[in-house]
Amino acid sequence: MLHVPNFEERGSVVTELDTFRDATRSWLESNCPAEMRLPLQDEHDAVWGGRHPTFKNDAQKVWLERMAEKGWTAPEWPARYGGGGLSKQEGRILKEEMNAIRARPPLMSFGLWMLGPALLKYGSEEQKAEHLPRIVRGEIRWAQGYSEPNSGSDLASLATRCEANGDHYLINGQKIWTSYGHKADWIFVLVRTDFEAAKHDGISLVLVDMDQAGVTTRPIKLLSGMSHFCETFFDDARCEMHNLVGEINQGWTVAKYLLTHEREMIGGSAIGRAAMRPLSEIVAQQVGLDERGLLDDPVLRVDVARAEIDSLAFLWTTERIAAQAKAGQGVGALSSMLKYYGTELNKRRYDLMMYSAGHSALAVDGEENLGRDWLRSKANSIEGGTSEVQLNIVAKRILGLPSA
Amino acid sequence: MDMVLSDEQNMLRDAAQGFLQASAPIDQLRRLRDEASTDGFDRDTWRAMAEMGWTGVLVPEAHGGVAMGHLAAGIIAEEMGRTLTASPWHSTVVMGATAVADFGFAEQQDEWLPRIAAGEAIVGIAVDEGRSHSPESVSTTADRSGDGFRLSGAKSFVADGHVADVLLVSARTAGEPNDVDGITLFLVSPGTAGVTVERQWMLDSRNSASIGFNDVHVAADAVVGEIDRGWDALQSVLDAGRAGLAAEMCGSAQECLARTVDYLKTRRQFDRPIGAFQGLQHRAAQLFAEIEIGSSAVIRALRTLDSATEDAPMVVSLAKSKLGRVAQLAAQEAIQMHGGIGMTDEFDIGFFLKRVRVAEALYGDANYHTDRFARIRNY
Repeated sequence: MLHVPNFEERGSVVTELDTFRDATRSWLESNCPAEMRLPLQDEHDAVWGGRHPTFKNDAQKVWLERMAEKGWTAPEWPARYGGGGLSKQEGRILKEEMNAIRARPPLMSFGLWMLGPALLKYGSEEQKAEHLPRIVRGEIRWAQGYSEPNSGSDLASLATRCEANGDHYLINGQKIWTSYGHKADWIFVLVRTDFEAAKHDGISLVLVDMDQAGVTTRPIKLLSGMSHFCETFFDDARCEMHNLVGEINQGWTVAKYLLTHEREMIGGSAIGRAAMRPLSEIVAQQVGLDERGLLDDPVLRVDVARAEIDSLAFLWTTERIAAQAKAGQGVGALSSMLKYYGTELNKRRYDLMMYSAGHSALAVDGEENLGRDWLRSKANSIEGGTSEVQLNIVAKRILGLPSA
Repeated sequence: MDMVLSDEQNMLRDAAQGFLQASAPIDQLRRLRDEASTDGFDRDTWRAMAEMGWTGVLVPEAHGGVAMGHLAAGIIAEEMGRTLTASPWHSTVVMGATAVADFGFAEQQDEWLPRIAAGEAIVGIAVDEGRSHSPESVSTTADRSGDGFRLSGAKSFVADGHVADVLLVSARTAGEPNDVDGITLFLVSPGTAGVTVERQWMLDSRNSASIGFNDVHVAADAVVGEIDRGWDALQSVLDAGRAGLAAEMCGSAQECLARTVDYLKTRRQFDRPIGAFQGLQHRAAQLFAEIEIGSSAVIRALRTLDSATEDAPMVVSLAKSKLGRVAQLAAQEAIQMHGGIGMTDEFDIGFFLKRVRVAEALYGDANYHTDRFARIRNY
């Protein structure tokens, strides 16, 4: 278990942060249900909230309510929008104390991870007051409407139309890869509001209530047999004028900001997995060791060692870049490098786990659903900007190479 | 663990970069090669480095050093990797100083540490015997004789062995050739009767020596550390050198990328800079990512050595393995993206390919260290 020193051990005077840490620790101790301190086993263990929330047990509901009450589902958002109002240092302490008791996150949410930060930076006062508190409490589940069938990597070529119709907008078009779109209540959508301007200059970001006849969704079945991604169709869908975020036709700026958060989210989850259980431990258990204590498959052994070397060095790189960011050196396009490397590494990890598990992983619903996870991992280097797009960004923005 | 350099460390980097680029650029290495230099390195540059305190970077202050640690030594080595400055740095400043300061007796420390710090003594590391690095494969024998020992055998790939003032030699005082027990370390003067030194020019225009020991008598006080139990000390000395070489290779890789990116921006074909072609952009961007990952491994390894934690061997092998691959990739990609001119001797980029290939082999190549990494992690 992670050991976090308290103030006696540090032998210093009691600071405000020490007081905060002690109060946080005892609050978590008495408020985090025991069931919420167990590792996540499957997708039903994650709580997503929404208008029609599903809870596997009471503990999930109680944990969400208690954390939302304190604003700790969004610890560092301002208290006036329902957030925790914590400083960065306090936010870090909360995270450390939650890790120390292995508390599960109370709420998973694209609202928390993506839309919220964008609204805080670009939203109007009215938008913040309307949407942020409902995100914090998990009352509204958000989906992301970015990609279109003909606008994937070339996102700025998007064609979904948004046109004024009296006191509101009407939206027509189709979005694809809307994660959990069939379970979402509202969607943030990139739309075209100027049809004459250059492609980056005619885009806006609007917020649309999906509970209307003009919006329909259809799940897409993936290689893995799962359907977390949807197509979402807009057919004269209505959007109130005050739900356009930022300046009209300036949506590309907001979109890029949101994408940075998405990259960090995907890259970060790859890190989380890499930090979970050493690959060599899993493989050694399945393949076994020979009489010299070496992995009993010499070719796999080398591949695993190389993958572990790269994973550890990658983990240290994320630490180094985070420390640089804290020191004010900025991260910028380095997040593209991390997204590229982290997702390629994750695919390698799953490939090696498939070799290690052997035939048992090939059965449908075989060995711990490894086959399904392996198939899912192939999307890592596509979603949130393909590896090739990330390399383009590194080449142009870090290395300064010219555009074609 | 702190992964970012402090202001002081950044100042050291700037100072090292300024000095090496002005006083010991690649032209110096080319001149040493073309003039078939007797020493194989530039003594004036070495003296200037000593005056700045660099040669005492791992020598305790009590013995005339500055004791700044492995990270500081690595920062300087990385800059040497950019300029390909030839010097007996790893063998003397890093490994020689570590061996004597950490495992030597008081008399050995008094004799050698002040001279290492002052740049007046060069140490040769005589540990390899076979086809490639395998420090437990020691056939050189040291038999007790009177109150001393008699050494017989042959060592190879001793970097700068022909100019060494003293040699650190691994010899077998007990056991069989591949046992880790029974190895003892000695400090031997190359002037001792029975020692033969044969210089060999290497691909990277630097030197290594083959050294013969024909019934060489040394006194009992030549032993470094414990008799028969030299293995741990040897690993510790080698790990210091391996981390330093990883740092040097990191600098070389960064320089290869920088020179290549400059070339991609200026070389024009099909009426545009070749850097506008995505095929080359992606090669350069992938190389950038590999170097970023590699440089984290180097910082981690150097800091781990400074904090003297148990996982030093694992982290050092990780870094030496990773940088061996990354630096060779960088040099090969640099040649490829420079095209025909990259294959000419007149153009400097080829020196990087040659140096990193030799540095890769020194004290264990990527294969050796990938295997060692896995063994340490119990598979």
